[in-house]
Amino acid sequence: MSSFRSGVEAAIPALRRYARALTRDAETADDLVQDTLVRALRSEHLFHGGDVRSWLYTILTNLNRNRLRSLARRPVMTLLGDDDAPDMSGPEAGSRDIERALASLVEEQRAALLLVVLEGLTYREVAEVQGVPVGTVMSRLARARAQIRGFLDGERPALRRVK
Amino acid sequence: MIDRDLPVTEGELHAYVDGELASDRKPAVEAWLASHPDDLARVNAWRSLADAIRSRYGAVATEPVPARLSLRQIEWAGRSWRGMAAAATVAAFLAGGVAGWVARTIAVPAPPAATPMTDALDAYSVYVVEVRHPVEVPANEQAHLAQWLSKRVGYELRIPDLQPVGLKLVGGRLLPGPSGEAAAFFMYESGSGERFTLYSTRNKAPDSAVRTDWKGHVGALYWSERNIAYVVSGEATGARLRKVAETVYAQVGR
Repeated sequence: MSSFRSGVEAAIPALRRYARALTRDAETADDLVQDTLVRALRSEHLFHGGDVRSWLYTILTNLNRNRLRSLARRPVMTLLGDDDAPDMSGPEAGSRDIERALASLVEEQRAALLLVVLEGLTYREVAEVQGVPVGTVMSRLARARAQIRGFLDGERPALRRVK
Repeated sequence: MIDRDLPVTEGELHAYVDGELASDRKPAVEAWLASHPDDLARVNAWRSLADAIRSRYGAVATEPVPARLSLRQIEWAGRSWRGMAAAATVAAFLAGGVAGWVARTIAVPAPPAATPMTDALDAYSVYVVEVRHPVEVPANEQAHLAQWLSKRVGYELRIPDLQPVGLKLVGGRLLPGPSGEAAAFFMYESGSGERFTLYSTRNKAPDSAVRTDWKGHVGALYWSERNIAYVVSGEATGARLRKVAETVYAQVGR
């Protein structure tokens, strides 16, 4: 097995984790990972050394952005069931809060936050994945954290009332 | 200690939480946090957010990877079932730049003259109607069956487990191959009596894309890998046949 191939193979579990958090949907996440792997294998000749993992995160991040763009052109589908569920306490409520908090972020901020806290990439690596300067990554992180804090502290009761 | 006297920026607080802060600034940031409870609360909130994200999604990386995400499966799908011959597909593959063996396939567009497909389809027709003696060696002697047929065909045969697609091994038999070598033949059956067969023999043809052939209602999927040919046959829809063949492919070869 080539080192490229084994590098790709070794990254699959982490890609699934990142994709799951990025999309908050298991099926969509694995679709994204699948598309990422197809593209990676097909573009092996474009990979000129470096960190295979970062390269895969880059492909996945771009594919997800394209996916969201094409979704944006379609009518919005609202899932009623989820919000109608009674409020719970305990760990399950906590994990749902996290999902909603992540959903409240704009895509670039969500990706930056997840790449740093979940995937353990350095700011520099995230900058490469997102194709922006390190300073932009830092401001995305700062905005993501501020937004989530506001969401978890204050806006949640307001959302409940809206229903 | 000039550094200690510089005011701490918000960027440094983030860098501190993310382990990106230059070590010579660490004492300054820690001193700042000790005297700025609002900032300390923010830093703690960021940390617990990171913990919450990790505890919510961290375990995904320890789940078993679904079969459709294995690299073999992905390459298999890339082999294109639908019309490798179609110029558009070939052009798209070439433009995309493909894994080596697909490129090899395209470089050898003429199909090999004789494929074991016909033999496999004939064998299917002959034996699948057999009620009492469909196989020579039954499934309860699977280890012996694999060993015996491997010896005869001259390569190690792995008898695939097709339970995931609802098929149980009935058994296997030895058959004459297309150019005189031995061929291995396995039969599988579902609870409803649907039968599929796997035929395998040595093959001099180069690795190929998957080809489909039909004889009446019986379909056969053929591919060749490392000079070993495989044919999966069954009376089923194309989708079902393909699903069975994918399950076989995932377990044989390499």
